[in-house]
Amino acid sequence: MSGTSEDRHPFVSDYAGTGGIDESDQSTHITETTLAEMRELAARYPQPRSALVPMLHLVQSVDGRVSPAGVRACADIVGLTPAQVLGVATFYSMFKRRPAGVHHIGVCTTALCAVMGGDLILDHVCHKLGVDEGETTPDGQFSVEAVECNAACDYAPVMMVDWEFMDNMTPEKADKILDDLAADRPVNADRGAVITSWRNSERVLAGFSDGRADEGPPAGEASVIGLRVAKWHGWQAPMPKGGAAK
Amino acid sequence: MTDTLTPILTETWDLPQSWRLATYRNHGGYTGLRRALAMRPGAVIDEVKASGLRGRGGAGFPTGLKWSFIPQDNPNPKYVVVNGDESEPGTCKDIPLLMACPHAVVEGAIIACYAVGAHRAFLYVRGEVVHVIRRVRAAVDEAYKAGLLGKDILGSGFSCDITVHVGAGAYICGEETALLDSLEGRRGQPRLRPPFPAVAGLYACPTVVNNVESLASVPSILKNGAAWYTSMGTEKSPGATIYSVSGHVVTPGQFEAPLGITFRTLLELAGGVRTGHQLKFFTPGGSSTPILTAEHLDVPLDYESVAAAGSMLGTKAMQVFDDTVSVVRTTLRWVQFYQHESCGKCTPCREGSYWLVQLLKRLEAGQGQEGDIEKILDICHQVGGRSFCTLADGFVACVTSAIEHFRPEFEAGYHTPAWELLPYERSAKFTVAVPEPAPVIAPAIVEVAPAPAPEPAKPRRLGRRRGKGDAA
Repeated sequence: MSGTSEDRHPFVSDYAGTGGIDESDQSTHITETTLAEMRELAARYPQPRSALVPMLHLVQSVDGRVSPAGVRACADIVGLTPAQVLGVATFYSMFKRRPAGVHHIGVCTTALCAVMGGDLILDHVCHKLGVDEGETTPDGQFSVEAVECNAACDYAPVMMVDWEFMDNMTPEKADKILDDLAADRPVNADRGAVITSWRNSERVLAGFSDGRADEGPPAGEASVIGLRVAKWHGWQAPMPKGGAAK
Repeated sequence: MTDTLTPILTETWDLPQSWRLATYRNHGGYTGLRRALAMRPGAVIDEVKASGLRGRGGAGFPTGLKWSFIPQDNPNPKYVVVNGDESEPGTCKDIPLLMACPHAVVEGAIIACYAVGAHRAFLYVRGEVVHVIRRVRAAVDEAYKAGLLGKDILGSGFSCDITVHVGAGAYICGEETALLDSLEGRRGQPRLRPPFPAVAGLYACPTVVNNVESLASVPSILKNGAAWYTSMGTEKSPGATIYSVSGHVVTPGQFEAPLGITFRTLLELAGGVRTGHQLKFFTPGGSSTPILTAEHLDVPLDYESVAAAGSMLGTKAMQVFDDTVSVVRTTLRWVQFYQHESCGKCTPCREGSYWLVQLLKRLEAGQGQEGDIEKILDICHQVGGRSFCTLADGFVACVTSAIEHFRPEFEAGYHTPAWELLPYERSAKFTVAVPEPAPVIAPAIVEVAPAPAPEPAKPRRLGRRRGKGDAA
């Protein structure tokens, strides 16, 4: 055995990114209204703790991140310690420890999207916005994140804007989306609603409807490709004997 | 003989406002529920058992049998939990289903509640799909207004409530016991079994956890009868299911077909591998199932045949990779996915994924050392089957199968970077302009410094990914 200890033990156990929320910034926009909404969420479940994840989504919709005040509010309402709430908040990748942008861009870089161009798109978006992955632009407009598989592999490579689907992404398409968002021009999701903001999406995720379910198409082209092929061939499921039950 | 494709769940996906109750009812929606409510609960379970419907979330466990495990003498409330946390790489059927036809899942959940004696269902949907959540909530609201949820459903005396619950980004929550912990407001970490959820699930009460597609398949079984369902598919894998085809094919997408269709047929329906390229490898059921190659084109895609071919049908998600793709890069990226998504509870999974990523990274960079492949296989051997859940088994499957089929490519990692062996830009779906070196126009008398050698393409983003939840 020769060489330095580096050669002999070249591996490290790397737990990058572990750590808590930003406690140095104690600012918050949580009001009595927010607290009332949190209590409403807690009341939707047989046990209030079940509402913790929705409540943290609500905190993000108000404060743009998981704020220390939000953590304390959740803890108070569901009867946990702040540490227990933090233990949950830091487990889930959608909960942000530092402020996300007005628009949160997620580029899928799990294997299939990565090889089909997702890596290139992530680099392209980061370069265009002048940030690294996981960062927010200084003006607070955009944050960028490499996301794991978003269940849209038939539209690879996929980009998410405020958790809406942007399908079959190319660098040119990403440019147009980012330019339009920066200029406040309307941007439609490929399978979803008109983009508003990441915070608005977080509010929907928390459990408060924005009444926009009817926007967008029923499905994308890839979702119905099998249906189209079947229709073209005249293929269908067998008829039940004696016809369908009425 | 049934037709090659049999749209049932997908039948209405191209209709305007397919997600609305009126559209769903015009196409026979909620007749299955009406029929179920006229039967005894035990008879509903028997009907689903007789249909042979198997869980579509990956494991393929018979749905009716799962329902029958709910102890009816248990004094605690019973729950039905719908698993809509679809996150398995390659799997992309539940999300379009919930977006285009959420009522099928709502109806299936009500029938499941009635069958097992539950009065409360939770529909757990992953968080990163905001529009899907809008559609699902709207469907539940419509169902309440139409008297399909709430008290005394359709005058039957049966009452049922559904709560839509949204996750927050964690693949592991697709594992049923981790999902239950997550739904209880905890970190999503799998539980030791037994007790199984049927006995002690949500809030330690008897709980059925079913995949979205499984439950969406129930209404048509109740409507048309178990015999109709078993007229499709194979003897042990009856019925039809949604196959997801993605990757380097001409027209990727969802294909609903009887179980047992071959991959060759599916590939043809998807327009074949993109022009000018050959199939290199594919996953039959998401990235957690061992990869297969062109020699497996004629394997019938049912639970038994795929298992006999050395893989698993899983979630029926074919990710197709053509000859431009580096199998080393792909395997690394899969294992990085599992590393990121490991909940950290079990040491073999948590540590094993980290060690594999580091070994695979240096193979990708052409800096592997003699014996690395054996070390990888040894780690896989130590990790497989030693955790609470099967997440680690998933990455063991993709690594060992990749080495089994493409060992020379891994051995090339001892001296050649993967991006030199198979330039990465060639596998992209769009054309990448590779920058030409600027032409040097200089008078002959000026001595021109030799142009620096072009830098090789760098592996993208490796080592720069952050930990869970740290982004932004």
